[in-house]
Amino acid sequence: MELLSGADMIARFLQDEGIEYIYGYPGGSVLHIYDALFRQDKVKHILVRHEQAAAHMADGYARATGKAGTVLVTSGPGATNTITGIATAFTDSIPMVVLCGQVPSTLVGEDAFQETDMMGVSRPVVKHNLTVRHPSEIPEILKKAYYLAQTGRPGPVVVDIPKDMTTPNERYEYVYPKSVKLRSYNPVLRGHAGQIKKAVDMLLAAKRPILYAGGGVILGKASDKLTELARLLDYPVTNTLMGLGGYPATDRQHLGMLGMHGSYEANMAMHHADLIVSIGARFDDRVTNAIEKFCPGARIVHIDIDPASISKTVEVDVPIVGPVDSVLSEMLVLIKESKLSIDKDALAAWWKSIEEWKQFHGGRYESCDEHIKPQKVIEALYKVTKGDAFVTSDVGQHQMFAAQYYKFDKPNRWINSGGLGTMGFGFPAAMGVKLNFPDHDVVCVTGEGSIQMNIQELSTCKQYDLPVKVLILNNGTLGMVKQWQDMNYESRHAQSYMKSLPDFTKLVEAYGHVGLEVDKLEDLESTLEKAFSMKDKLVFINVHVDPHEHVYPMQVARGSMNDMWLSKTERT
Amino acid sequence: MRRIISVLLENEPGALSRVVGLFSQRNYNIETLTVAATEDPTLSRMTVTTSGSDKIIEQITKQLNKLIEVVKLVDLTEGTHIERELMLIKVKAAGSQRSEVKRTVEIFRGQIVDVTSSVYTVQLAGNSGKLDAFIQAIGDTCILEVVRSGVSGIARGEKILSL
Ligand SMILES: Cc1ncc(C[n+]2csc(CCOP(=O)(O)OP(=O)(O)O)c2C)c(N)n1
Ligand SMILES: [Mg+2]
Repeated sequence: MELLSGADMIARFLQDEGIEYIYGYPGGSVLHIYDALFRQDKVKHILVRHEQAAAHMADGYARATGKAGTVLVTSGPGATNTITGIATAFTDSIPMVVLCGQVPSTLVGEDAFQETDMMGVSRPVVKHNLTVRHPSEIPEILKKAYYLAQTGRPGPVVVDIPKDMTTPNERYEYVYPKSVKLRSYNPVLRGHAGQIKKAVDMLLAAKRPILYAGGGVILGKASDKLTELARLLDYPVTNTLMGLGGYPATDRQHLGMLGMHGSYEANMAMHHADLIVSIGARFDDRVTNAIEKFCPGARIVHIDIDPASISKTVEVDVPIVGPVDSVLSEMLVLIKESKLSIDKDALAAWWKSIEEWKQFHGGRYESCDEHIKPQKVIEALYKVTKGDAFVTSDVGQHQMFAAQYYKFDKPNRWINSGGLGTMGFGFPAAMGVKLNFPDHDVVCVTGEGSIQMNIQELSTCKQYDLPVKVLILNNGTLGMVKQWQDMNYESRHAQSYMKSLPDFTKLVEAYGHVGLEVDKLEDLESTLEKAFSMKDKLVFINVHVDPHEHVYPMQVARGSMNDMWLSKTERT
Repeated sequence: MRRIISVLLENEPGALSRVVGLFSQRNYNIETLTVAATEDPTLSRMTVTTSGSDKIIEQITKQLNKLIEVVKLVDLTEGTHIERELMLIKVKAAGSQRSEVKRTVEIFRGQIVDVTSSVYTVQLAGNSGKLDAFIQAIGDTCILEVVRSGVSGIARGEKILSL
């Protein structure tokens, strides 16, 4: 029998769970745990410069690999600093385990130094949270945390650990629990056969079908199945912001992203479809536009692991609760058995309409001699990285340009805060990816506003040699805010200006990295080439782009899916 | 429409706050909420009365089910059921009022469980409508204090909510 202190149990559990990296920041209530980590060398700890970044690093890792990222922080401010990161993961259903110190259980409730009710504070933004009440419970509780985070609809789990649970000289039996069972938690493993059959019948009978695929396809590792299904039927596919890469973007059947800044053809096809099959997507308001005007002629099949996602906003005709991967597999079997009695003429006519929509817009943007267009920068990035980089982003216009113009052919390559829209996410997320994929190009596409929300992590990158690339589409303004002010507030730019931007190149140099500036289009590609050729250097590429550009298409507020602005002057 | 949702949940600290948090976070309303341990001390039984459109009720049950500590739940209003609420009410009972109050209590099959020279404390159980009716019958001017337990409910017949 092995006897370990609570702190040693945590270190040991992380080893046994196969955790290679954890991201965190020390403080009083976790010092026993940090000491235990110090006395082993299997689990490596990455010291960030702000706890929010630890959560985003863990999140970036999770989005790239599908496995839960692990965070370790102290009680009080350490824990509350992670909240934005936890909420970001929660909104996008990202698996994460956050270990938070707590004041000793004997002091809980006394407003002790650095005491915060982290269980209460985190409750609305976690899948679940757990408190350790006795050191001997630690292995079981940690196993539960990882199990809950990574199964069903994934999400962050917080574990609150009072300091006296980790006291060095109090030892208890340690056994690594290979599995846990919770009687109150049984994620669905298969979809309902009858519903799947119904959906397949509708799929085969459709005249104007569209597959609307979201982040669930990526989380549920179902890209191959989705691709097989779409190819087999020759049906068009559109992806949500979270689903990009779930279907190869360069494929003929891909219509691009849908929604607020979706492609013209995707939004038109959705609006005119007679059948929408939603696969791991949740009819978010940034997709549907006004619910009451949403796709009037469409019947809807909705496949989702979470029953609560179904008919939450849009009422659906055929709900299927289950893992997308297994549901799609079962659908494929039925379709193959069916001899594919599809209405070929209707489908041909449907594709003809889609082609016309593609021709009509096709992601065009106005060119400009005076300034570099931000879209051009993403196109150049795509070219230079051969479409094969991990791209993280922050939030704003640059995020939408990256989503629109970088064609993701693989899942897990596009990493952004879609649901919460967290500025400051991109850079630490890129660090989490780079640490775990050292041989891949990892680039954070950001804005001069967003990057400053976690810029202190340049120091972490120096410490751990994380040669990510940071591409700033520097428009000198909080561009997305400015765009809304241009469109809705007669260009009254309240607080969307940043009149005191730092000299980014000097700044990164001060941290020991490389900074490059681009202000002429002809230097763009060569500078990017240069940046990506410096494999072992963190390079900031500060590209001065058109400060007046807007993101289009843009759905007209309170309209239907196909009500769009196509440029500053053109409306559908 | 008014609904009565019965929930079996893990009898653990924090479980109740998750339920209450869910209702406020998602803007659902709680009319009454009762909770206590069952014959199995690891389980609590909770009854929530709420109201909303069918769509909202569906979301409420799904979101409740999603809480890790919720083991099982049922919307009692979908079938025949029994609901009971307990009320303790203090009323002025002096002089001629005394017999009047006593008679009303008898009509409603309540019990006077405590007495002073000027006050009766009445205990009354039944569905919420009956308690409302008693309050009306006794009249505002008499009432000194009202304590209601909130609704507890159970399905009729053989239907059972258990593990
Ligand atoms: C933490 C946070 N605060 C505020 C916002 C609101 N917001 C959305 S986009 C944006 C502007 C972002 O500016 P920048 O990073 O320069 O990107 P740009 O739109 O100019 O490309 C703001 C303030 C947000 N999404 N996140
Ligand atoms: Mg900007």
